[in-house]
Amino acid sequence: MIRRIFAGAGLAAVAFAALPAAAQDVVVPAILELSGPGAVSGTMFKNGAAMAVDEINAAGGILGKKIKLEFVDTASDPGKARAAVQRALDDKPIAILGPVYSGSVSATLKLTAEAEVPQIIGGEAAPLTAQGSKYIFRTSFGQNVSMPKIANYIRDGAKAKTVAVVFVNNDFGKGGRDAIMKELAARDIKVVADVSTEAGQADFAADVIKVKGANADVVFVYLNEEESARFLREAKKQGLNKPLIGETTLLGQKVIELAGDSANGVKGHVGLTIDAPIPAIQAFGKKYEAKFGGKPDHNGVKGYIAPYMIKAAAEKAGKLDAKAIAAALHGMTITPDKVPGILIEATWDDTGEIDRISFLGEVRDGKQIITETLPKLKK
Amino acid sequence: MTDLLQLVIAGLATGGIYALAAIGFTLLWQTSQTINFAQGEFVMVPAFFSLAAMKLGLPFLPALLVAVLVSMLLLGVAFRYVVVGPLLHRGVLPLVISTIALSIILKETVKDFYSAEAQVFPTLLPDRVVTLLPGVAVSLAQIGVLAVSLVTIGGLQWFLGGTRTGRQMQATAQNPGVARILGVPVERMILYTFVINAGLAAMASILISPIYLAKFSNGETLGLVAFVAAIVGGFNQVRGAIAGGLLIGVLDNLAASYVSTAYRQAIPLILLVLVILFRPQGLLGRREERAV
Repeated sequence: MIRRIFAGAGLAAVAFAALPAAAQDVVVPAILELSGPGAVSGTMFKNGAAMAVDEINAAGGILGKKIKLEFVDTASDPGKARAAVQRALDDKPIAILGPVYSGSVSATLKLTAEAEVPQIIGGEAAPLTAQGSKYIFRTSFGQNVSMPKIANYIRDGAKAKTVAVVFVNNDFGKGGRDAIMKELAARDIKVVADVSTEAGQADFAADVIKVKGANADVVFVYLNEEESARFLREAKKQGLNKPLIGETTLLGQKVIELAGDSANGVKGHVGLTIDAPIPAIQAFGKKYEAKFGGKPDHNGVKGYIAPYMIKAAAEKAGKLDAKAIAAALHGMTITPDKVPGILIEATWDDTGEIDRISFLGEVRDGKQIITETLPKLKK
Repeated sequence: MTDLLQLVIAGLATGGIYALAAIGFTLLWQTSQTINFAQGEFVMVPAFFSLAAMKLGLPFLPALLVAVLVSMLLLGVAFRYVVVGPLLHRGVLPLVISTIALSIILKETVKDFYSAEAQVFPTLLPDRVVTLLPGVAVSLAQIGVLAVSLVTIGGLQWFLGGTRTGRQMQATAQNPGVARILGVPVERMILYTFVINAGLAAMASILISPIYLAKFSNGETLGLVAFVAAIVGGFNQVRGAIAGGLLIGVLDNLAASYVSTAYRQAIPLILLVLVILFRPQGLLGRREERAV
């Protein structure tokens, strides 16, 4: 009898050992915009996250477990994103990465809140963290943080009295437009043109003519990557000679690449950039470029820090548990000396809002140049 | 007022490109009753032919030439014999379905090779601004686009009306049976229209891609606009397609500026419905008549 038990146990041990290592990996779903208008942002986020996970796994994983990212394409569609998150939650993951588009985050944040699974997002629309979810965490500034900085720059740096605002008519763009309007009004800066454009819009001739006609001191452009590039090209073509000011995206690598010469002279606030005067970020940029053959923009950095957020929080909590990871991230400050992959010291408040240093920059000769570093809001 | 003038000029420039694509639509319909639902993709793909040629080391201008020639071969000759040929005498619907399938195949193939991201496409025309009237500064590139479109269209009109082959194509369009009896090589004429269509689409591609950026999904809007332009102008007249293209270009810009960008795409469709209701033969079309 005893021999039989031993034999059984031995068999079980052999069977267990024969299981592929992958079966024991911790799967983290990454629901991203890999096609559609958000493909540029989603792909950068994906590449950044994949790089981080490779590094984490090579260094022994999180609490001894290897991480496996499972990428799902939302086609930049909030409905598909919602369905993908719903499906991913069935497997009770320790966290979900993405989406990047605010509209898709908005459509999914209630699901992750109900399932009590932390969702590490790329979305920047102001309302995302204002809906009471305890499970949403940003990888970049919300517009509620970035727009006051832009408005200060328009007042103090550009010394403008009038502004033309060009925004994209989606959750990201409308959130940014509403936030900047409020901030500009508070600083007595007049908005003389309020130009709404569509996501995926190809032809910006009419919009540029409208902006030219408004004759504002500066133009604030708040569009997604490809649309930003098309707008800049059209603006140059039509000789729009007012300063063009943007927030992170407009000065982003992909926009510079697509817009070419037309991006020169663009100025603004940059939440995250590989051109920041910080060696760790620049080193990340070089590694990314070597691996994927193109410079990453802020979405690449956002994707890269996301797995490190999970790692730091799980290690603080001492377990790979969704609820514990979320609880650990609230109020947590992750510093690069302890977690080098976080690149810049960052703090998350109890709504999931991120705080860290940011930058003012401009595009010169097809390159983003950082001109000033702005401190963290709360020390 | 100055805004209006600038909007009209910019609209004519994009309208000229729409017209190139719309003419192709009418040409194929006239000679072979092919409604090409892949027309938008025919405008999207040549830009990628040029990018591929440039990747192989060709300078920009020769790469454009290669793109036009490859388009004529693949989107003209091969399309005629592989897709349209076997279905030509089986009615309009099977052809429509196969061109829809072709559009999906083209889109996905481009996506596989070039990813879903937009690609930079160089422009032929200079980014300079000229002041036409006080306050009316228009881009030289826009005038250039309009000029290139109009010269291409003019050349086509001359070819169709002024050369023997052109008139044979007209005859094929009007009555293929009689044309055949009169010794017109009808099959060859049909092939020519396919090649011309591909050439026009390649021209449109070269002109529109610097504005739109080369992207696999560009054909979706372009195909719809070209289709609407062809119907609004008159599906059985090349000059109808020209008028339709220009009209939609201008209307689109005016709608974006004076109505709303959110509704701009609906404006051509509303126009389409109005034309179908009140002038079903199109603005310049004639009833029961065929001409290229």
